[in-house]
Amino acid sequence: MSILQVENLHFSYGKSLVLKNIHFSLDKNKMVDIIGGNGCGKSTLLKNISGYLKPDSGRILIGNKDIRRFSTKERAQFIAYVPQDMPYDFDFSSYDVVMMGRIPFLKRFEREGKEDEMIVEEAMRITNTWKFRDKNINELSGGERQRVYIARALAQRPKILLMDEPVSHLDIKYQIEILSLARELALKGMLVIAVLHDINLASQFCHDLFIMKEGRIMDYGPAIKVLKPNNIKSAFSVDVKLLHNPVTNSPYVVADLEERKGFDVI
Amino acid sequence: MKRSIYFVIAILLLFLSLLISISVGAVNIPLQEIVATFTGGGDETHRTIILNLRLPRVISSAVVGMGLSVAGTFFQALLRNPMADPYVLGISSGAALGATLAIILGFGLISLSFMAFVLALVVVVFVYLVAKTGSRISINTMLLAGIAISSLISAIISLLMLLNHDELTKIYFWTMGGFNLTNWQKVIYSSPIIIISTLIMYVFSRDLNAILTGEEIAEHLGVNTELVKRTILILASLVTATCVSIGGVIGFVGLIVPHISRLIIGPDNRVLVPFSALTGAIFLNLADTLARVILRPAEIPIGIITAAFGGPFFLYLLVKNKRKIKGM
Repeated sequence: MSILQVENLHFSYGKSLVLKNIHFSLDKNKMVDIIGGNGCGKSTLLKNISGYLKPDSGRILIGNKDIRRFSTKERAQFIAYVPQDMPYDFDFSSYDVVMMGRIPFLKRFEREGKEDEMIVEEAMRITNTWKFRDKNINELSGGERQRVYIARALAQRPKILLMDEPVSHLDIKYQIEILSLARELALKGMLVIAVLHDINLASQFCHDLFIMKEGRIMDYGPAIKVLKPNNIKSAFSVDVKLLHNPVTNSPYVVADLEERKGFDVI
Repeated sequence: MKRSIYFVIAILLLFLSLLISISVGAVNIPLQEIVATFTGGGDETHRTIILNLRLPRVISSAVVGMGLSVAGTFFQALLRNPMADPYVLGISSGAALGATLAIILGFGLISLSFMAFVLALVVVVFVYLVAKTGSRISINTMLLAGIAISSLISAIISLLMLLNHDELTKIYFWTMGGFNLTNWQKVIYSSPIIIISTLIMYVFSRDLNAILTGEEIAEHLGVNTELVKRTILILASLVTATCVSIGGVIGFVGLIVPHISRLIIGPDNRVLVPFSALTGAIFLNLADTLARVILRPAEIPIGIITAAFGGPFFLYLLVKNKRKIKGM
């Protein structure tokens, strides 16, 4: 049984159609990346899956149940969302922020209990954030903060983890740390769907890739199948060459400098 | 825990300040007379002063202080803007227009309060409708619409004041705020509105914590953000309109009390809201007492006291916590 099915999904912002006939189904134990040029609808697709945006037509099934039949709260028990890193203007401690991941499981007047504390501690230990649990979220570096947000998502104990450009502003140490963690979570039974800007990171860490162009899914499959010069040319309008990355046994995209007319390549 | 100590101190301070404000005034009443009055005895004159004059006034200043501080706390969280106060959406200007019209038309006290209350709400509804796009409310549009309508109404009020010279002082004093015209009637209609609305808003304080980290994120944490926003917007406006209708436009309380409370007790709304409520009640109660005694037997508008004492104290906190005050 697929944990996530998307059927004939259409979505528009006002009059402009952003997602066109998206159709796929995904199983758990997978880390999937959505790539595509700016404005191709990657984040919009992610937010449709999370239930934040409502599709014009088509439907999304989470474990065979239509997402529209979930309440906001029930949805948050299945799906967690990690936003892009943004500096915030509030003084909550990292621990408080991660504890917010338990909101979907608490009744209106219920206080966080022992079990919630245990889950939060576990989430913070996995993400290596326990050591700055008392630190103000604004005192953390971008990479640390991003890990706190992942910890909060884990505290939701989700079946599906969505990540919108989780590593875009981070240096390579954190990029590797966070994507390794995401892959590990997938192997432990989650479905992880990420939007990554860096094709080579996606190629190294993700099991499968979606390539999107103008609101449609152009191709889907393992990196070795999807990352082809003609696919990339079509999605990003750029010529690239592909090398083989012997470490991860995946394709590696490099610029095709000779094709750049008007420049002298020495 | 440290937090509960702050609450105990705040409650004791509130008790003390209520006692002081019942005791001092044009006539000073000693403590044993106050105790005697509440236990059913005491001197008849003192009894009348306490029960008919001081008590309604003391209660309304505390309740209004509480209401304005709670409304300010909620507005700052909801709008995610540390500059927000209860008047940010133009509520005060609506109320001032209502009061001005009532004064010019020669209405009585209760009708004046009622006019202020109604026009305050009319302005909020207007701002709300402007900011509503589809099923969502845009926070920024709401703030801007509030500023625009406030300046429009200020212009109208200025014009009305110009055309009605005789009432100028009366209108001016009303806008400065004060509790010199308070009676039991006002206490009885206003207190339940303020207290019940505060309790209902308090139910959403955990959701509001999540909203502080971003609306979209809150929604992904299972918070029905539109419901929370709408409820708090309506109730905080109701509280503010009620406060303004009995105390006039008292500035500063709703801006600085939430900040001071946040510096002391932290940003968690589940603790911050009750703490602001206590601090606000103490602050405005003491301010009103000062307003009554500084130029005894004359009174000065309470707005002068809140700004004169609140301003420097807030500046002091700003300097002391330069790094911390950055946001909320």
